[in-house]
Amino acid sequence: MKNSLPKLRAALLLLLTLLLPVLRVAAQATAAPDSPEMADALRQSGKIYVVVAVITVVLAGLLFFLISLDRKLSRLEKEVKE
Amino acid sequence: MKNTWWKALSVVLLLYVAVAGLLMPVPRLAILNESIRNLYFHVPMWFGMTFILIASVYYSVRYLRNPAPELDIRAHESARIGILMGCVGLATGSIWAKYTWGAWWTNDPKLNGAAIAMLIYGAYLVLRSSFTDEQQRARISAIYNIFAFATAMPLFYILPRLTDSLHPGAGGNPAFARYDLDSDMRLVFYPAVIGWTLLAFWLAQLASRVSLLKLKVYEKQLA
Repeated sequence: MKNSLPKLRAALLLLLTLLLPVLRVAAQATAAPDSPEMADALRQSGKIYVVVAVITVVLAGLLFFLISLDRKLSRLEKEVKE
Repeated sequence: MKNTWWKALSVVLLLYVAVAGLLMPVPRLAILNESIRNLYFHVPMWFGMTFILIASVYYSVRYLRNPAPELDIRAHESARIGILMGCVGLATGSIWAKYTWGAWWTNDPKLNGAAIAMLIYGAYLVLRSSFTDEQQRARISAIYNIFAFATAMPLFYILPRLTDSLHPGAGGNPAFARYDLDSDMRLVFYPAVIGWTLLAFWLAQLASRVSLLKLKVYEKQLA
């Protein structure tokens, strides 16, 4: 894992680039009164971000587990080969 | 972990989809409301399933040309992940249907077609488990897998379009015309499809490697 740092940085940059359009939500215009109901109140009170954070943590945990599983398997494959 | 760039891409895209899928603006549509965001999670299940099943058929065809146990293992594990994703797709679709169409299940051609296709693939697993001879199991299930794919794909994508259906992408509707014209949704939907598909391939690869390792250890013990 010598050259993992630049790769990590590239992945982080890609993530940040992808997240850029999300910032636009902050400037989202309020809807016309007769338009269908959406979760505007949830966003106004800021609580939707709690859900987003929870989902992100759950997903990150699962993906982290998957990565560690992958590495363990690689080690085991190496051992069996020898 | 060699050749890990696509796994890293999957992680990045899935994390992006989790955040952007909930926060990015979506079209304001009656009945659907915020549930339109299910497009980022329900639909990629079917995309991922289709791609992983294509991979499974590819390995099955290769097995029939060159009967190596590794190819059989890869075909089997790919099909298993495809079936898993299909079941998740059915479950998520059922929840979505309850809150937009008002019922957990409707006798819609798209829904029934998908259910029948999943049963056909379920029979693949049953067929596999009914052989004791490994070569026979591998050969016959490879042949069945090809027929299952050829039967399931029209049930998913062709037959529902020939009749009326509530489901988008059926009953003559082009699949995503209504939502996907929205460029905001495209920004999340395409990464979601790629991310979930890559995750499916990752899971299939891990499962195959475990099975291959088991085979190797077993052969060593015999030797």
